[in-house]
Amino acid sequence: MLDLLVLVVRRDLVLAMRRRTDVLTTLIFFVMVVSLFPLGVGPELEMLRKMAPGVLWVAALLASMLSLGRLFSADYLDGTLEQMMLAPQSLSMLVLGKITAHWMVSGLPLVLLAPVLGLQFDMSARAIGVLIVGLMLGTPVLSMLGAIGAALTLGLRGGGVLLSLLVLPLCIPVLIFGTGAVGAISSGLSIASHMSLLGALLVMALVFTPWVTAQALRISME
Amino acid sequence: MNLDIWMRENPFTYILCGSYAVALIIFVVEIAMVKHKRKITLQQVRLMRNAGDEK
Amino acid sequence: MAINWFKYSAPTTFYGLAGKMIPWFAFPSAILFAIGLYIGFFVAPIDETQGEFYRIMFIHVPASILSMFLYLVMAGYAALGLIFNTRLSAMMASAIAPTGALFAFISLWTGALWGKPTWGAWWLWDARLTSELILLFLYLGFIALHASIDDPRRADRAAALLAIVGSVNVPIIYFSVRWWNTLHQGSTIKFSGTSMHIAMQHALFTMLAACWLYAIAIVLARVRSIILERERNTTWINELPEVRS
Repeated sequence: MLDLLVLVVRRDLVLAMRRRTDVLTTLIFFVMVVSLFPLGVGPELEMLRKMAPGVLWVAALLASMLSLGRLFSADYLDGTLEQMMLAPQSLSMLVLGKITAHWMVSGLPLVLLAPVLGLQFDMSARAIGVLIVGLMLGTPVLSMLGAIGAALTLGLRGGGVLLSLLVLPLCIPVLIFGTGAVGAISSGLSIASHMSLLGALLVMALVFTPWVTAQALRISME
Repeated sequence: MNLDIWMRENPFTYILCGSYAVALIIFVVEIAMVKHKRKITLQQVRLMRNAGDEK
Repeated sequence: MAINWFKYSAPTTFYGLAGKMIPWFAFPSAILFAIGLYIGFFVAPIDETQGEFYRIMFIHVPASILSMFLYLVMAGYAALGLIFNTRLSAMMASAIAPTGALFAFISLWTGALWGKPTWGAWWLWDARLTSELILLFLYLGFIALHASIDDPRRADRAAALLAIVGSVNVPIIYFSVRWWNTLHQGSTIKFSGTSMHIAMQHALFTMLAACWLYAIAIVLARVRSIILERERNTTWINELPEVRS
């Protein structure tokens, strides 16, 4: 099982590295969106500090949605996906591998970029720390929920926007707990409940989404 | 601001026009849409049936 | 009893049954609306804190309840369709979606109108209104996904999966929004005294029943059109009196 996972992750990472531009454009999008907000609402640091977790999380959400179209499309177009589905190995495992690789090239960079952007918003070091931990727990969930959407909208025209429309409502709890944690730490409250809820969402997503995504793939491919 | 004052002086108009009338309109629109869909679908089915008969 | 269920699970027989059932739900619904509105406006007394404005509740609360309940019913039919592969279940899910979405919209609209005199703002991010908004998004997502897929079978099954995933998420979304809202000190709707006046309760239940019956009637009417559309190549459709005329 684990071998399969590692194999799939490796393969997808190699493929992603060959198409570095896609990965980079998503990151640039993230940075741009984050920078638009201060331009839109004004440079007052007080206000920006309050807005910061929300802005960063929403931007991370949008950037994830953008990159999810890539999750299955390449394999779908060249027939590899079909082969994967016919293979005797567990489709859920294959899917989990693809999602992991996807997160590593799309979600993880966002987490690593976030501190720099947080400084732009004059966030305190503690707030940035909580933000990063939250994003680490939350971005995988976003990738996993997005995978369900990507599988359902496979090959459809208008796919990207439709995917976002379907998946964004489902991501709202992650958004709420992620931003709530940063808000709590800024007010000196405990972040334990937020983090444990994020952790719970992560665990639930890990347990259910690969299988659900596999079912969605079967529905889209038959 | 004028709306606030008007609203407090005419609560029933506000409630009836704002909420119930809107709900009623939505129901009417929904019924109209369902009826319309039925009409169109029947037309389509008839067309196909006649096209099939001509063979 | 089991045999009867499966007899009506075929579009052929259900079409006729639905047609006969519609008036039995439509007329009582209209009557109950009339009764409910009468009690709500002429029998129920004025509220001490909210004055007359609370009367919006008689359409707002039934709409909210119905939008949530219809989503669960829709997800239920979706699950049945996926598990048993019955076409009619998927058609019922598609028939429910627009009605559910419209009730969600009514709930949001009336909620906003209630909010203005009560709290001073058209929109307040309280847990219930926000969850209702998200529910509307879930409905729209279902409808959009179904409409984007050309193959009817794939459309049915993909939308069904989405509906089920959504229904699992609804409680999570609701609780997270409530959490979010209590942290930001949201307000809740309060009535003077701890319990509602009996007339208000009567009005509320009557309107709830009226909306429920209306929903059943309109969904049955819609599913008939869906059946006509999907089964248009079959002989039994072509033999129908409304098609022959």
